[in-house]
Amino acid sequence: MIQDEEVEVLINDLFELYGYDFTGYSRASIKRRINRLFILDSFPSFAEFRYRLKVDSAYLKRFVEEITVNVTEMFRDPLFYKTLREEVIPNIATKPFIRIWHAGCSTGEEVFSMAILLQEANLLHKALIYATDINPNVLEKARKGIFPLSQMRQYSENYISSGGRQDFSSYYTANYDRVKFDESFATRMIFSTHNLVCDGSFNEFDLILCRNVLIYFDIPLQNRVFELFDASLDTLAYLALGSKETMKFSSVTSNFKQLGKEKIWRKM
Amino acid sequence: MEKNVIMSPTCELVLIGGSSGSLDVLLKIISSLRKDISIAIVVVVHRKTTSDSTLSELFSIRSSLPVKEVEDKDAIIPGVVYLAPSDYHLLFEKKHVFALDYSEKVNYSRPSIDVTFDSASEAYGNNAVAILLSGANADGTEGLKAIHQQGGITIAQTPETASFPYMPEQAILHAPVDFQMSVEQMIDYINGK
Repeated sequence: MIQDEEVEVLINDLFELYGYDFTGYSRASIKRRINRLFILDSFPSFAEFRYRLKVDSAYLKRFVEEITVNVTEMFRDPLFYKTLREEVIPNIATKPFIRIWHAGCSTGEEVFSMAILLQEANLLHKALIYATDINPNVLEKARKGIFPLSQMRQYSENYISSGGRQDFSSYYTANYDRVKFDESFATRMIFSTHNLVCDGSFNEFDLILCRNVLIYFDIPLQNRVFELFDASLDTLAYLALGSKETMKFSSVTSNFKQLGKEKIWRKM
Repeated sequence: MEKNVIMSPTCELVLIGGSSGSLDVLLKIISSLRKDISIAIVVVVHRKTTSDSTLSELFSIRSSLPVKEVEDKDAIIPGVVYLAPSDYHLLFEKKHVFALDYSEKVNYSRPSIDVTFDSASEAYGNNAVAILLSGANADGTEGLKAIHQQGGITIAQTPETASFPYMPEQAILHAPVDFQMSVEQMIDYINGK
């Protein structure tokens, strides 16, 4: 088992040697991830683990990929998507052009969910979804729009609970154990690496979605990210978080008004 | 037991983990806790991902203590019953602060009892008491080991009193369990803290 002090040593190494800054990450979670990897890759000691990270750049890549959590699904929290569909999208529909940012999009399941909502509101043609993540590998997967067939039953149920009325399977083509979503969706998406820890604002958006990313950050880093989002949102634009995340610890919270019970805030 | 008598650490946190057949027991415990209890109670129960806030509402109705479903980085206040939200692992950022994690399921479960107990053992050491209730899954055994190793107290529901005895049985077989208790004994134990 990796101890607390050893976690700090690794975080320090990663910053000094490679510029990866994990200092603002929630220690409870990152320690679990590091221990999981330590056991998974059968290191005999902390010293060997540390050495490998210092000398093997391929292993560094694996480390960064495994430390960040990439669990996601389509139409996760269907009632959240129902609120997007019924309350948020009608309000941004009047814009001549719609810009959306998915920050920490992982393998893209929620990006494609968003694209489906826009398509059904007949807005996809005038929308652009910027999908970013710290991890280039997951973006490569997201860009392809290929997901496991085994998940589709669950996703289809989620889609229906979110108020979807189409045949969900009409949006993809199944091939063996995987499905590929219609090419027309990906043409309205731009994928790029972006690190919320150190990168800045790159546009103004009508809606920013950042779901189940901030739970991995401590409160000072969360605050930095909220300031970044605040600077990247037009007045009356929306910010959507994960179902257990909150703006209540943020210094910019007074600029926003929450939409009922859902984790959606509108910039005032 | 002996270490308990010698060092008599203060209990600051009672963790309760349950799976199949634990709801009735949990409701009994929650509704019998004394009002002026000065420790935080943290409940981790396996449930369907869809039935989100109904469980905390059910607990609220029965409890004389405030009940809260945990949100990210919530402070841990004595005298409050906290419920792990469905579909997240519940962790302790440090003493008195929660953290959430949406990583892979553990023991086919999210929240996993092992994950929460393990994290609590690091943050609370010998100030934690962990109780494992009825269930049909082996979740919780590793967590009880961690709690015990850090000097905390481990309790399993007496298997004969559990609707699904498998979970407490696994713990008794494989982890150092300090006490086996019926529901009534658990209530007296917590209220005596």
